[in-house]
Amino acid sequence: MTDRLLELQDLSIAYHGLRRRRGETRVVRGLDLTLHAGEALGLVGESGCGKSTVALSIVRYLGRAGRIVGGRILFEGRDLATVDEATLRGIRGRRIAMVYQDPMASLNPVMTVGRQLMEVPMIHDRAGAAAARARALAMLGEVKLADPEAVMERYPHQLSGGQQQRIVIAMALIAEPALLIMDEPTTGLDVTVEAAVLNLVRELRRRIDSAILFISHNLATVAGVCDRIGVMYRGELVEDGPVRRIFSDPRHPYTRGLLDCLPTLGRDKRQAPLVPIPGQLEPPHVRASGCGFAGRCADVEAGRCTTRPIPLAAFDGEATHRVACVRAAELPVYARRRGDGAVSARPAAAAPVVATEHLGKVYESRRLLGRRRRSVRALSDVDLAAGRRQTLAIVGESGCGKSTLAKVLAGIETATEGRVSLDGAEVGRLGVDARGRELKRKLQMVFQNPDSTLNPSHTVGYTIGRALRRLRDRAPGDLAGGVARLLEVVRLSPEMAARMPRQLSGGEKQRVAIARALAGDPDVVVADEPVSALDVSVQAAIINLLTELQAAHGTTLVFISHDLSVVRYLADHVAVMYLGTVAELGPVERVFAPPCHPYTEALLAAVPAADPDRHGPRIVLEGPLPRPDERPRGCPFATRCPRRVGAVCDDTPPPVQRLADGHRIACHIPADELARLQASLVMIGAS
Amino acid sequence: MSTPVTADVLTVSPPAASRRRARGWWGRVARLADSTPATVGAALILVWVVVAALAPLLAPYAPNSNDLAALASTTPSRAHWLGTDHLGRDILSRIVWGARPVLVIAPLAVLGATALGSLLGLAAGYKRGWIDLVVTRSCDIVLSFPVIILYMIILTHFGSSAWNIVGVLTLTKAPIIARIVRGLTLELREREYVAAAKMRGESSLYIMLVEILPNARGPLIVDMCLRTGYNIIIIGVLGFLGIGLPPPDPDWGGMVKDTYGMMMVWPHMALFPCAAISSLVVGFNLLAVGLREIGLRD
Repeated sequence: MTDRLLELQDLSIAYHGLRRRRGETRVVRGLDLTLHAGEALGLVGESGCGKSTVALSIVRYLGRAGRIVGGRILFEGRDLATVDEATLRGIRGRRIAMVYQDPMASLNPVMTVGRQLMEVPMIHDRAGAAAARARALAMLGEVKLADPEAVMERYPHQLSGGQQQRIVIAMALIAEPALLIMDEPTTGLDVTVEAAVLNLVRELRRRIDSAILFISHNLATVAGVCDRIGVMYRGELVEDGPVRRIFSDPRHPYTRGLLDCLPTLGRDKRQAPLVPIPGQLEPPHVRASGCGFAGRCADVEAGRCTTRPIPLAAFDGEATHRVACVRAAELPVYARRRGDGAVSARPAAAAPVVATEHLGKVYESRRLLGRRRRSVRALSDVDLAAGRRQTLAIVGESGCGKSTLAKVLAGIETATEGRVSLDGAEVGRLGVDARGRELKRKLQMVFQNPDSTLNPSHTVGYTIGRALRRLRDRAPGDLAGGVARLLEVVRLSPEMAARMPRQLSGGEKQRVAIARALAGDPDVVVADEPVSALDVSVQAAIINLLTELQAAHGTTLVFISHDLSVVRYLADHVAVMYLGTVAELGPVERVFAPPCHPYTEALLAAVPAADPDRHGPRIVLEGPLPRPDERPRGCPFATRCPRRVGAVCDDTPPPVQRLADGHRIACHIPADELARLQASLVMIGAS
Repeated sequence: MSTPVTADVLTVSPPAASRRRARGWWGRVARLADSTPATVGAALILVWVVVAALAPLLAPYAPNSNDLAALASTTPSRAHWLGTDHLGRDILSRIVWGARPVLVIAPLAVLGATALGSLLGLAAGYKRGWIDLVVTRSCDIVLSFPVIILYMIILTHFGSSAWNIVGVLTLTKAPIIARIVRGLTLELREREYVAAAKMRGESSLYIMLVEILPNARGPLIVDMCLRTGYNIIIIGVLGFLGIGLPPPDPDWGGMVKDTYGMMMVWPHMALFPCAAISSLVVGFNLLAVGLREIGLRD
């Protein structure tokens, strides 16, 4: 396996404005990268580092604004940067296939997936319909889709996200390409689905000899599937090497920074606070004279680092491990850095500030004239409580009801059953309009999507100022000072007040959203996936900010997330939700250790480990969530449970077992039996 | 609390974002130059606006004065650059003066339709329920009516004056705007900043006008441009049907109506006013295309 399949030589790519008037901006600079046949290379970096641009340039999909301005893309001996379109068409799809982030966007919604799969061999290999069908069926088996015959007849919208991504992978592999490019193929998928897709990629690698270029912003994702890793920063490759070397002995400070800010299941805020990378990615047109990372690097040395460009050089005489850092050899052996503890002790148990009792929510849709009514149960019998200064995390896959719960707490939706108490007051049936100002002030929310959380038409100052006026009754004259103070609280400079949201990065937008939520000095902040749309490096800073603010203001934080690593790090208590019910509840260290609910166990097993050697046998949840109108009569998890004991699971709702420390598990299997079964469940990364 | 871990993360955003965007109105106008269609469209419109504004200076004759001597040869000549019509009136002067009513009525009617349509669309899309039902159904009823017949009924009943034309155009165009705004509102009301506004107790009116409407302005402005062009055509049609601005004051549609019978003999009498209408409509269409192009890049 030493033949070079793909060689990027001194590749430079630039984008220009609409009329080329504003000149070009180089987004990839002098990239040298080799991919051998059958090898899997992970390309990692923050958004904006140019990794997707590299992937697109290989098949020349840069669009009209992008241009390869220098270098060569040698693929099987041909320079793809210069070959004509006809040759390129023969290569795309047949020799090089791509899998993108959003599977729904890659599939044609008006064609059955079978037809879409059959098209590939029919177009590329001029195969007959029958032969193409046979190959499509075989491929669907390869990507582990149950009942390929039935799947062939389905339309994309009839499949779950995980199934769709499998189809896209099948479609990419059906032509037996020499190179498979995967651009963030698991971003945006649920943890369980992500684990299944990664598992599939790992398995396919054993049977198919395509080389893989795997692009991700998360080192943990690539750890388990790749042989080598390349780390990109500002359009340059700063380090590449075998996956184990990168994890055990990273030599570039940026690689180290990426590892330092990665929450893993073994870390929590008390023992090992995350260390975010300071500063932020500078835009590509700002050209540094020396190392591009110098401005954010903790190990920077004035003069040596900033005077001339730093070339990528073999480290320690080993050609496979290359680093672009003048100080590579001087840096100490890598040990994961730990921040100074921002939080010392677990807050003492106190009277709950926010609590729910038998909370239920049923959505009813009715036709205007017809009598037909459909009801969908989103929440049932949810009992939760969070005290002052505590963080209650709510985890689960999409569709488990965690966002509905957030909306009910916030009053955007109202409960249909049970109670929600906020500081003693009953608010479950009070929509936000019915809540008085004091109640509104007490509970505020931070939303998920940085791009939609701020009104693009208003300045940061207006957004925060308006919240101050509405929630604090602040006179307009006094606003500027209040806005500046709030911006400082979230560690933004007061000049930011004049900015429009489009001028902010994702992390900055989320900080502004946090400032807005804090305007009324709330007792409870409900944060609905506040970091899931952010890069890992930015995520760490936001998580730390939330922790500090909580410590400083005594805020109760209800943190909704699908990312168990983040939850393990941040939460005091965790509620694991499944189909609108609480499967397990308790202190985080108890919930994330045996005995735990089989669903929690499956979620934990699905978390990608930031360790290339730790991806042993895993539980992979097969099948999608049951449709909300087909709720199982017994245990909601029975249809997918790997530890299902028998008919009792299907017929009888599970009893809630109460263990020490307020730990509750809703399962038919007794807790000590669960503990015995799960003895082998070692917390990934717990070392 | 010990030293905050993120103390060193005092983020300062790249200057890049602000660098490219010139501030204020002038900056926005300057960005029109980025798009060729927008530049051409804006130039065409600007030419007509200048012509209309300076009509008394530019028009060589009074619009309604007859030059009986010119009737001998109505075709373009040194005295009458675009010729005269069948009554010996200078066509160039009439076109120059005729730009005035068009450039007042069409934009006014669009503004009226946008104001009315936006309010209806916002209320329907944000409030939903029966308001939505009433608004969408009424819009459908207006839109399903053959408009020309509607114009004839209304304008012959109330008489055709500039104000009445603005009125009918507003009424018949508002449903289209309402539909567009309703569609945008349905999408925008689900944005998280709207939820955030509710969480701080804003009124529905505030949310509709301050949180939602400004974000609908992109598609709305593009549509206003297109709609102005269409209105110019309709004003021409009304003139042609004889229910436009009352004679003898010059009106492009009316000029065509008066002379199209003589098309075979003296085509210039009808063609020049037609060309005036087209150039202005094309100008607004190009501007709309360009604005959309610029909008898409943001």
